[in-house]
Amino acid sequence: MDDTALGWWGVPLAVLAGAIRVSTPFLFVSLGECLTEKSGRINLGLEGTLVMGAMSGYAVSYATGNPWLGVLVAGLAGTVFGALHAAICSLDRVNDIAVGIALMLLGTGLAFFLGKPYIQPQAPQLPAIGFGWWSSSQQVRDALQVNALFLIGAVLAPVLLWGLRNTRWGMTLRIVGESAEAARAMGYAVNRTRMLATMAGGFLAGVGGSFLSLHYPGSWNERLSSGQGITAVALVIFARWDPVLCFWAALLFGGAGALGPALQSVGVTQGYYLFNAAPYALTLAIMIATSSARHRLAGAPAELSVTR
Amino acid sequence: MVDRLRLSRRSVLGTMTAAGGLGVLGSALPFAPALAKDLTIGFIYVGPRDDFGYNQAHAEGAAAVRAMAGVKVLEEEKVPETVDVEKTMESMISLDGASLLFPTSFGYFDPHMLKVAKKHKDLVFLHCGGLWTKGKHPDNVGSYFGYIDEAQYLSGIVAGYASKSKKLGFIAAKPIPQVLRNINSFTLGARSVDPTITTSVIFTGDWSMPVKEAEAANSLIGQGVDVLTCHVDSPKVVVETAEKRGVFVTGYHASQAKLAPNGYLTGAEWNWPKVYTDYVKMVQGGVKPPNLVRGGLKEGIVKTSPYGVAVSEKARAHADGVKGQFMAGSFVIYKGPLKDNKGNVVVAAGKEHGQTDIALESMNWLVEGVVGSLG
Repeated sequence: MDDTALGWWGVPLAVLAGAIRVSTPFLFVSLGECLTEKSGRINLGLEGTLVMGAMSGYAVSYATGNPWLGVLVAGLAGTVFGALHAAICSLDRVNDIAVGIALMLLGTGLAFFLGKPYIQPQAPQLPAIGFGWWSSSQQVRDALQVNALFLIGAVLAPVLLWGLRNTRWGMTLRIVGESAEAARAMGYAVNRTRMLATMAGGFLAGVGGSFLSLHYPGSWNERLSSGQGITAVALVIFARWDPVLCFWAALLFGGAGALGPALQSVGVTQGYYLFNAAPYALTLAIMIATSSARHRLAGAPAELSVTR
Repeated sequence: MVDRLRLSRRSVLGTMTAAGGLGVLGSALPFAPALAKDLTIGFIYVGPRDDFGYNQAHAEGAAAVRAMAGVKVLEEEKVPETVDVEKTMESMISLDGASLLFPTSFGYFDPHMLKVAKKHKDLVFLHCGGLWTKGKHPDNVGSYFGYIDEAQYLSGIVAGYASKSKKLGFIAAKPIPQVLRNINSFTLGARSVDPTITTSVIFTGDWSMPVKEAEAANSLIGQGVDVLTCHVDSPKVVVETAEKRGVFVTGYHASQAKLAPNGYLTGAEWNWPKVYTDYVKMVQGGVKPPNLVRGGLKEGIVKTSPYGVAVSEKARAHADGVKGQFMAGSFVIYKGPLKDNKGNVVVAAGKEHGQTDIALESMNWLVEGVVGSLG
């Protein structure tokens, strides 16, 4: 019996495993939102895009038997939503936050409507890669079942950071986000850049959604997302618009979310409502610790309607 | 372009009056009574009706009613426990002529259903929850509930035989009496097989939290738990996670056997098809349904899923024996002496709480052998 139970060691292990399992949707949505916000627009509709991605990914995986095709279609669905957001926002005097909220409701509503026939069937799931072969403990091996999407996200974060800093594309995006007038004066197409950035952001959010339905928890139903999309948008601010920090923030959120169940499973059961609130308490604490009365949020693109 | 879309207040009022007039005209026409020969019954669900859980169990009942002669069944799903359910009931009554309503979610009862029931005294409202009190609630309202913990006790017995690590896991939504009663009955059933068995409980905090439920299931399995069960709205995620990780699972609300062909042992299910067809037969026959209907296995309000392939002969024999006693009405789950998991005596030696005992409905303790606490 003792060789199957890790006791207290199970808690950090479960938090680590939870961080890897739970963080992927946060990671993809926040990377997508980071790109979009760097171009000077906020897309709050990513919650709807996430749910739409989860539904379309599941449906396509079920229909074709190929989960990777599902991931691709989820991303394309997200791209369409991103394009819609960018197209509406490029009209004069349209508020990007209001459009985002409208698209969030549209995305979830449409996904619920179209997803009705896919609640019951079981779709093929994305495979996980076992990194625990070196350990004889079943728990360690289970904890290190890492999904390929998580790895893609982990690679994507530094690549995006490098791209934003060092490539012509990245610099154009940042100029558009810092000062639309300057970008226009330099001959860059502001609306086209924002359109592409929002579409790319939508693609990533859609892929994040497909992770929810195709890997963890791995089924489609109407209450699948408990606000992960919105949380991820907030994570971008928390991560100071830095893709690599987005990665760590997503891991932190995933791990903090796993703390409650992990502690209850080893018998620490007092105050589980508090442990379940850990991710949010943590955000508040870090926000307060890093805020300043003297200067605006470091790293915030100047064109964002919330900072302007 | 904007001006063309703008409606004047005058034209809106005019249109509305005309529409209202048409409505009055329509109700005066002689078509309505001819159509109203069938009994129209409305079912209202709080979530999707194919959720492999609470709502699916009710929808299976509605499907059985639909198969009866002389009825017309209306269904509406995903109706929140707010003023929305009043609107749904009103529209079922006024637009579709429903005369028997089943608002199936617990939170529909007070104040929403009571308000509508007081307004329509000639219609029948039947609510799932067992909340009706004589004198306090209107007479055209009924409430029904089942002692599903009898089936959970049987699941516990089967789980007790299946477990090798002697650790069971229970993923629960909230620490309310109905949930605690299921946890305690499940644990008592398992400990009747082997008194060293423990049940670890994780409360997720709400009725439907798929990611948290999956996380809870994984944490429990990581701690060596090898049989899982749950009390959440949709057990789908828990059952699928258990199957994926290769541990056993017992179901709840409806049968999830299809989701876990290897690991599904048995499950505690509602038997709403029987309850609902009985009710409808009463109403069709002109009999007033009783205000309070309660029962367990014996009354056919709850049932167990057929045993899965992994259930041993010994477990089947033991569980079937206890089931026979439930059917005869002679088995008592809460029989003293019982201690809670903090060591306090909760049922004194020689004392028995039968299923109908009202004391069980304010349960606020976890029985000895449960690892967990209420707050």
